[in-house]
Amino acid sequence: MIPLSHYLILAAILFVISVIGIFLNRKNLIVLLMAIELMLLAVNLNFVAFSHYLNDLSGQLFVFFILVVAAAESAIGLAILVVLFRNLSSIEVEDLDSLKG
Amino acid sequence: MEFKTLLFYLFSTVTVIAALRVITAKNPVHAVLFLVLAFFNVAGLWMLLQAEFLSLALIMVYVGAVMVLFLFVVMMLDINIERVRAGFWSNLPLGIFVGGLLAAEMAVVLSGKYFGLASLPPQNLPANYSNTKELARVLFTDYAYPFEIASVILLVAIIVAVMLTLRRRKDNKAMHSSDQIAVKAKDRMRIVKMAPEVELPSSQGDKA
Repeated sequence: MIPLSHYLILAAILFVISVIGIFLNRKNLIVLLMAIELMLLAVNLNFVAFSHYLNDLSGQLFVFFILVVAAAESAIGLAILVVLFRNLSSIEVEDLDSLKG
Repeated sequence: MEFKTLLFYLFSTVTVIAALRVITAKNPVHAVLFLVLAFFNVAGLWMLLQAEFLSLALIMVYVGAVMVLFLFVVMMLDINIERVRAGFWSNLPLGIFVGGLLAAEMAVVLSGKYFGLASLPPQNLPANYSNTKELARVLFTDYAYPFEIASVILLVAIIVAVMLTLRRRKDNKAMHSSDQIAVKAKDRMRIVKMAPEVELPSSQGDKA
């Protein structure tokens, strides 16, 4: 059988890939959102693996709630992105400088 | 090699490759499609972990709804790829440094002897065990209030997404129902005082 550590290592690899993806795609807002989805997926994989190996269903319920929050987050994020594109005609992060920060 | 082990390595290899392609793809549409591939493979991994309900929910909710929304938005926006890709690899050293730091921290935590990972045997659930039923039993008893809050979060997300993207056109010909209800008879109808109608002679009235 597959030990728990294999699942944890896979989730760690996914998480690190998405962190590197956030650094690489720092200009492209939509790929940033996708990298966040990938991060949440890695966290969910950890939750499910621990839930299975500890025989405790609470982990799977947390995955359920994370799915709810992630769906809400991506829906609102994409709505903001659409409004942004309507106003600026671009989705580059560098164009978001109207606050002169 | 056991078949489940083979499946685990197959799913995890495809997941990692798909994740790498998500963050490096030139075209955002390809990135979304590789993300869909990664979700499918992680759903397979969850199936191996006997989390059947969540595995299918991941495919239906994520691939069926969220990823389609992503695809819709990506195709609706006109993204200047050349400008976005300029200096793409310049932040790779910093990203690898931060990612390596995170990986090292996770390795330190997970390989510690206090964690006791090796002593956890995988669960062998009986064949008639229903993951969905057990999940529902816990969800609607111990986690009833978080469940209600989750539904409120979804409702708020619906309203926010609609209100953010709602565009009121100036040439809109929609009816204002509150104005229609508030209207009075004297706004629409004018009563004119006028002299009473003159009676016609009776002979002409008989012909008609």
